[in-house]
Amino acid sequence: MSKKVIYGIYDDDDVILKAVKDIRAKGLNIDEVYSPFPIHGLDHALGLKPTRLAITSFIYGCTGLFLGMLMMWYMMIEDWPMIIGGKPNFTFVENLPAFIPIGFELTVFFAAHLMVLTYLIRCKLYPGSTETSPDPRTTDDMFLMEVEAHGNEAEIIALIKETGAVEVKEEKIA
Amino acid sequence: MHYESPIREPLILEDKTLHDITEDVARPIEGKANKWWWALFLFALAAFLWGAGCLAYTAGTGIGVWGLNKTIGWAWDITNFVWWVGIGHAGTLISAVLLLFRQKWRLSINRSAEAMTIFAVVQAGLFPIFHMGRPWLAYWVLPLPNNFGSLWVNFNSPLLWDVFAISTYLTVSLVFWYMGLIPDFAMIRDRAVKPMAKKIYTILSFGWSGKAKHWQRFEELSLVLAGLATPLVLSVHTIVSMDFATSVIPGWHTTIFPPYFVAGAIFSGFAMVQTLLLVMRKVVHMEAYITIKHIEYMNIVIMVTGSIVGVAYITELFIAWYSGVEFEQYAFLNRATGPYWWAYWAMMTCNVFSPQFMWSKKLRTSIGFTFFISIVVNIGMWFERFVIIVTSLHRDYLPSSWTMFSPTFVDIGIFVGTIGFFFVLFLLYARTFPVIAQAELKTIVKSSSSQSKNKSHE
Repeated sequence: MSKKVIYGIYDDDDVILKAVKDIRAKGLNIDEVYSPFPIHGLDHALGLKPTRLAITSFIYGCTGLFLGMLMMWYMMIEDWPMIIGGKPNFTFVENLPAFIPIGFELTVFFAAHLMVLTYLIRCKLYPGSTETSPDPRTTDDMFLMEVEAHGNEAEIIALIKETGAVEVKEEKIA
Repeated sequence: MHYESPIREPLILEDKTLHDITEDVARPIEGKANKWWWALFLFALAAFLWGAGCLAYTAGTGIGVWGLNKTIGWAWDITNFVWWVGIGHAGTLISAVLLLFRQKWRLSINRSAEAMTIFAVVQAGLFPIFHMGRPWLAYWVLPLPNNFGSLWVNFNSPLLWDVFAISTYLTVSLVFWYMGLIPDFAMIRDRAVKPMAKKIYTILSFGWSGKAKHWQRFEELSLVLAGLATPLVLSVHTIVSMDFATSVIPGWHTTIFPPYFVAGAIFSGFAMVQTLLLVMRKVVHMEAYITIKHIEYMNIVIMVTGSIVGVAYITELFIAWYSGVEFEQYAFLNRATGPYWWAYWAMMTCNVFSPQFMWSKKLRTSIGFTFFISIVVNIGMWFERFVIIVTSLHRDYLPSSWTMFSPTFVDIGIFVGTIGFFFVLFLLYARTFPVIAQAELKTIVKSSSSQSKNKSHE
C-alpha cells in the first residue's frame, strides 16, 4: 500500500503555530514541522517531550570534575609527590586549592563537548549527511508542516488550507 | 511571545522581511569580492607572511633573537599573549552573557564577535608556544608521562592552569560558534546554485533541516553552552592574571588582578568588536542590522568597563601606598614617574580618560568618533599589559641588574604578523561564512524590527 504525505506550507510562524494547535485538536497527528528558526511554544503545541540535553550535560560535567581530580591526585599525590614552594602538599586535601582551576576547566570541557556530541548524535547531524527538508524554502522564510495520510488526504488538505497555508502539496512515499 | 515596547528603538531597520534577511546574509558569500577586500586581504597576508618568517627565524635560532635580557624575561610576547586573549573575551561575553540576560541586540553581532574570539585566541596561543624556545616540544605541557620515568607536569603552577584554561576556552568557543552556524550554513546550502558551493555547504551544514525537535534541542544546547561559557570566560582571564598574581614580583603580587583583568579584557574586546564591525557593516552592507543603537550599546559597555579599569588602576596605587611595603610602593612610583612614564600615561589616557567621552550621547552615536576611540582603546590596552609586565620587571630587587627593554625587529615582526594573521582569518570569514546569525535574528523580526514598530503605531 502506498502512503501519502501532505505538506502544508505557511509563510508566518504565528499562523503555523495556531494551525498546529487547531489540527492536533481535531485529533490528527502532525509528523514534523520544518522552520527557518525556532518557534517559541511549538514543541508544546506538537506535544514533544522536553529535551534531556541539560541533564546529560550535568552528568558529563560531574564526570569531568571527577576524572580531573583523579588525574591530579594520581600525578601529584600518588605517583610522584613534589614539594613546591616548600609548602606541604603530600595529601590531596592540602593540595586541593591548587587543583580547583583545572578541576573547573575540565568540568566545563567535558560538559560542553560531550553535550555537543550528544546533540549531534541525537539529531543525526554529521558532516556528509545530505538530509534536507522537503522544501528548500524552509531555511529561508517558509514554514512546512508534514502530515501522513492514511486514505484521508482530502480531509487533511481541506484542514490545512483552512488554517491559512499558502500552499499544499501531496507526495507519495514508498 | 517576546513582547517589546514600541518606544524601544528597533534593532532591524529598513522594514526587512524574513526573505530580505536571507538575501542580505547570503549576498557577501554569493557575490564577488570588491577591490577593497582584495587590497585589505593582500595587505594582511603580507603582514602575516612577514610574521611567519619571523616566527620561523625564532624557532630556528632561538628566542635570543628577541629583545629579552636576564632581567626582563617576559616582554612583548606575553604582552601580546594577554592582549589577544583579552580581545577574545568580548565574543563570549556577547554570545553567552548577553544570551543569559536575554539581550536581543546581541543577535546581529554575536556571530562576528565569536569569530573574532576564536581568531584572537589562535593568535594568543602562538606566543607561549614560541616562547618555549622549542615549539616542537609544546606537547610537554600536557599531562603525559615522560621518557625518563613518571615525572608529571606541575599542577600547582598557574602556567599549567593556563594551558587547560586556554585550550578549553578555544575549543568550547569553537563548538559554540559552530553549533550556531549549522542552521545558517543550511540556509546557504539550500540556495546555492554552483555545484562546488553546494557541496561545501552541504558538508558544513551537517544535514540540518530545521525540524521542530532539532530546534528544541538547539535552544537548550545554546542556553546550556552559554551557561557554561559564562563562568569559563571569567575563569580564563582570572587564570591569565594568576600567571602574574601568584608570583612575588612587586606590581604583580596583587589580589585585585582577576576582576581587573576580566574587566580590561571585556573593555579591549568590545573595542576590537567596534573596530571590526564598523568596517564590516559598511563593506558587506549590514547597516540595517548593525545599527547605531548596537554601536551605542557597545560604547556604553566600553565606558563602564573602562571606568572599572580606571578604578582598578587607582586602587592599585592606593593599596601600594597603604600596604607600607617599600618595594610595592617603589614599583608603582617607578611606573608613573620612572623611565617608562610615557607607557604608563599612554595607558591612563587611552583607557581611563578616553572612554569618558562616551557619556555624551552625541559622541557615542557617532561612527567616526567610535572608530577613533576603539583604536585608542586597543592601543591603550596593549600598553596596559606592557606596563604591568615590563615596568614591574625592569627594576628588580637588585639595582645592579636594572635595565630597559628594547624590542628587536623580530619582536615587532611577530606582533605585526599576528595582526595580519587575524585579519586574514577575519576577511576570509567575512566572505565565506554567514556573518549574522540569521536564523536567530529572524526570531525578532516580529518584535524588534522597524516594520513591526511601525505596525504597532497604526
